[in-house]
Amino acid sequence: MMCLGIPGKLEKVEHLPNGQHMGDVSFGGVMRRVCLDLVPDVVVGQYVLVHVGFALSCLDAAEAEETLALLKEMEAVFEGEDGP
Amino acid sequence: VKFLDEYRNANAVRSVIKTIEQTVTRPWTLMEICGGQTHSIIRYGLDQLLPNDIALIHGPGCPVCVTPIEVIDRALLLASRDDVILASYGDMLRVPGSAVCHQNSTLPRDLFDVKSRGGDVRSVYSPLDAVALAREHPNKTVVFFAIGFETTAPANGMAVLQAAREKLDNFCVLASHVTVPPAICAMMESPDCRINGFLAAGHVCAIMGVSEYHALAKRYQIPIVVTGFEPLDLVYGILKCVQQLETGQYCVENAYRRTVNDAGNVTAQDVIQKVFEVCDRNWRGIGFIPNSGYRLSDNYAPFDAERRFADVMPDITEDTHICCSGAVLQGQIKPDDCPAFGNPCTPLTPLGATMVSSEGACAAYYKYGRVTA
Repeated sequence: MMCLGIPGKLEKVEHLPNGQHMGDVSFGGVMRRVCLDLVPDVVVGQYVLVHVGFALSCLDAAEAEETLALLKEMEAVFEGEDGP
Repeated sequence: VKFLDEYRNANAVRSVIKTIEQTVTRPWTLMEICGGQTHSIIRYGLDQLLPNDIALIHGPGCPVCVTPIEVIDRALLLASRDDVILASYGDMLRVPGSAVCHQNSTLPRDLFDVKSRGGDVRSVYSPLDAVALAREHPNKTVVFFAIGFETTAPANGMAVLQAAREKLDNFCVLASHVTVPPAICAMMESPDCRINGFLAAGHVCAIMGVSEYHALAKRYQIPIVVTGFEPLDLVYGILKCVQQLETGQYCVENAYRRTVNDAGNVTAQDVIQKVFEVCDRNWRGIGFIPNSGYRLSDNYAPFDAERRFADVMPDITEDTHICCSGAVLQGQIKPDDCPAFGNPCTPLTPLGATMVSSEGACAAYYKYGRVTA
């Protein structure tokens, strides 16, 4: 579990009286409370990478699309060569 | 699940592997740094799908595995005290201390053993859970066993900051943090080094960014490709690395852009800088690496378990000799080459930490039934 991080969608943000900035993150429907103090600019609806109860990074949808498009091109090259 | 399913698509993985096949002309040895990457590779059998010319060796990026035996002993000693609650990531509970090497040791074998002898050991998911324990148990000292690479350091640092903010003076951390770049130097400078390229640990870079790797790529003339953890991420990272090797390049490339930006997470870096300072670390199985970790900075000394309990801390001890985890961690042998692999060493009766952790290479080989002929 140590360096593993899983992506989830930030659904709700809350500021606690003790100064913490917490959020409810959905992992494919399973909700978990996560500390958002390391990603101060995150907004509801964004996907975050969560590790040991902290959001560490906001996922960049545009970068993800770009990489996937590149990989799709690679796939197209081999299409029809042999079945999956 | 978005950002997950598309990176487990078998057809996409296959086409990247075919591209690798078309690119590669001679043998290359790549090391994936992070134990999480090792687990993905073995779980999905990616190493077996790759062309024979590509050898993957498994790196030391498993914090549980490299935590030195004397620090484990310190945790065992602290956890055995009546006035202490020891909170730890669950992975650490079964890591053997020095009792595994000395028949007549009075120390407990591992943290589970402490628990069975009546010690208060809690497994926590987040360092904030440990802070909550300190809040709920003002009459006990809560020691949080803070291990991890750069990925985990900011979260552990935040726990210290939160405890300081709430003036929880019954909270402290037994910190054993390690960092990736000095380990890369140590491996590259080892006379047995066979590594031609690195897959850098994506989540470490999500925190630290990529800047510190440029100098390493240049100094050792070796490609360093920031790589993610899903099957498609891994084969894509391998492809980028092989493309560099085949064209004689050596630079830092980011193949995990959706999660890692070049600057990293500046807020998290500030937390590390504030709470910790760089120190030398002994890596279990590997040895002493200068400037390869973090300890609490002087400003947070009251939260440092090493300083708070300085008078009772045991000294450095020798590790077991049957277990070959050091060679495994440096990629010199495969886990099942170790004479203890499977018998007597198993995840339930581990001799070395590489068999304990969910990121340890030995545990991955055992779990997925991987025994090479």
